[in-house]
Amino acid sequence: MNETQEWTTVIQPKDKLLSVDFKELWRYRDLYTLFVKRNIITQYKQTVLGPLWFVIQPVLTVIMYMVVFGGIAGIATDDIPQPLFYLAGTCMWQYFSDCLGKTSNTFVNNSGLFGKVYFPRLITPLSNVTSNLLRFGIQMSLFIVVYVIYAIRGCNAHLTWYLLLFPLLVMMMAGLALGFGLVISSMTTKYRDLQILFSFVVSLWMYATPIVYPLSLVKGKVAAGFDLYTIMRLNPVTPVLETFKYGALGAGEFIGWQWLAYSFVFMVALLALGVVIFNKTQKSFMDTV
Amino acid sequence: MATAIEFNNVSKQYRLGLVSTRTLSHDLQRWWAVSVRGKEDPYLKVGSVNDRSTKADSEYVWALRNIDFKVEQGDVIGIIGRNGAGKSTLLKILSKVTGPTTGTIKARGRIGSLLEVGTGFHPEMTGRENIYLNGAILGMTKAEIARKLDEIVDFSGCARYIDTPVKRYSSGMTVRLGFAVAAFLEPEILVVDEVLAVGDAEFQKKAIGKMQDVSQGEGRTVLFVSHNMASIQRLCRSGILLEKGSVSYAGTAAETISKYLSEQVVQSEYQNPNPQANQKLVLLSANVSPKTGSLIYTTTPIQIRFTIRVNQPVGHMVVGFNLMSSFQYPLARADYNDQNGAYSLDPGEYEFLFEIPANTLSNGDYKIEFDVAEKGVRNYAGEQSVLTFHVDIDEHSHANTFSENISSKMSIIRENWLVKYEKQ
Repeated sequence: MNETQEWTTVIQPKDKLLSVDFKELWRYRDLYTLFVKRNIITQYKQTVLGPLWFVIQPVLTVIMYMVVFGGIAGIATDDIPQPLFYLAGTCMWQYFSDCLGKTSNTFVNNSGLFGKVYFPRLITPLSNVTSNLLRFGIQMSLFIVVYVIYAIRGCNAHLTWYLLLFPLLVMMMAGLALGFGLVISSMTTKYRDLQILFSFVVSLWMYATPIVYPLSLVKGKVAAGFDLYTIMRLNPVTPVLETFKYGALGAGEFIGWQWLAYSFVFMVALLALGVVIFNKTQKSFMDTV
Repeated sequence: MATAIEFNNVSKQYRLGLVSTRTLSHDLQRWWAVSVRGKEDPYLKVGSVNDRSTKADSEYVWALRNIDFKVEQGDVIGIIGRNGAGKSTLLKILSKVTGPTTGTIKARGRIGSLLEVGTGFHPEMTGRENIYLNGAILGMTKAEIARKLDEIVDFSGCARYIDTPVKRYSSGMTVRLGFAVAAFLEPEILVVDEVLAVGDAEFQKKAIGKMQDVSQGEGRTVLFVSHNMASIQRLCRSGILLEKGSVSYAGTAAETISKYLSEQVVQSEYQNPNPQANQKLVLLSANVSPKTGSLIYTTTPIQIRFTIRVNQPVGHMVVGFNLMSSFQYPLARADYNDQNGAYSLDPGEYEFLFEIPANTLSNGDYKIEFDVAEKGVRNYAGEQSVLTFHVDIDEHSHANTFSENISSKMSIIRENWLVKYEKQ
């Protein structure tokens, strides 16, 4: 018959390094939207308070920060009311760490599903990052409500034009979390001890990011011979957070386009690396999990 | 006929034991040998053949070794073999769940695989939502599912509960819903693992019917793995026999099945080679024999005799056996306490004698699997204690006989239920 017909599926031990099948990813776009839907539906259904938890968590966190960092340690907040300042940082960081956590456990959490059927595994972290936006949105609404209350009562906080970058900033947060998460998830399938390492690295990372203190506070500080201000800005999350805080609250000063560009390039490179490593791992991980 | 799938020297190596231990050091060794010194991968060589009866002397085993065959378009091929022969690994590689260690598989057309029904079902979501989710996981688009939704719901027979969360479904309904989605997949090549073993008899019939439609009517290629020789025989045209990770026979389905059955060694006696004193219960020996003579005929009562030792009294003791056909159909079950209401035995050695009355079984091959167990905890009778026996047609008997080997099985158990017949 049609012996000349091309082979349409070839299964072989190892693909070339850069053979990410974007066409296939696109073909499974319906699965992506369905996963997003599933994540959102099931988040609501499994708890008594439902989405209320999304609000309770940042409120408690902010109160804790106000007591510990604002009260006991007496760290300045750039003349912005403490709740606003902490809430802005916490909401952004929460989204980042949620995405990072979910993504880095992709293989471990889904081994049952991955063991039974093939689909581009990248769909799972992509849909998680998207569905986390719901939680982020609710927390942002909380931020806006608190903001409005303070604005009516009168305070130093004011919007700047940089707030227009907000969509880009969220995208960069998602991209950074996804990139790191993909790299980590691929490594943890083989060496489980790395999971423990990464989970506390992420919690320490928060303190290396200006959330409970303003970046301006670090200016001119030197630790062990290093200029802390420069080092802090090398943290790719810092420029994103600082830009958001400057845009939304007028806190401190704009970090500068060069640092934002650095962060962006960092994200793109990390994402590319993550996707390549993840793609390589998805073939063999069932034998190692 | 064109070739639909071509396996070229496919092999798959697995590691035994805990994967997370010493991995880092092994990886470093491998990296040292391959990348730095330019030598052959040291762990690719040492693998031993996958044979479960002997203890592996190496950490690596070949689950599949040099699999090399072609499947023609429109063929329905059954893959059979003992547990651990590599059937599931083969399907996993075909489904792209895991990659082969060496070799390639080439195929014409989409491969749809069904290693489990209802993969990815979420209990909190409704039947309808799960149909979409499951369909998309299996590779269908939303539009495709929407188009077939009514048919799927209809086939599953769950129409009344379609907007109820799946967690309220009975397990049978969940399986039906899962199979219904899978049945409407339209890949050119369909890979099916033992999914027909689930669900009730009526649904199994429906599922087999649907599979037959798929292969015959629509000309699709189907690869089917099952322990159930009867459904292999009914569904498949050709067969592949896997043994220790290699293809040991390929031919028509009937030939392959009889080859497989003939290689099953008849074991009518079992002697525990190493009775453990620290086990609560031990099966010491067992045998199956005719009550009279040396061969088992349809007219001979069959005696099953076994001895056990109770080292420690057990709360809820199970001592008995399952009678299976060689096709793995469970036929009957007998227990020491069916009549007397006992639930445990004092420490000591006991001999049991069971007798299957004459004219119960038709001719064919049978298996006896023992249970010497603490209920819900552990069965102390191992796989080695499985006995097999053959029932022959008694030449002197004038009774009608049924043969298990004919393709449409009529019956296995022959009961004397006739009360009378008379001319009216």
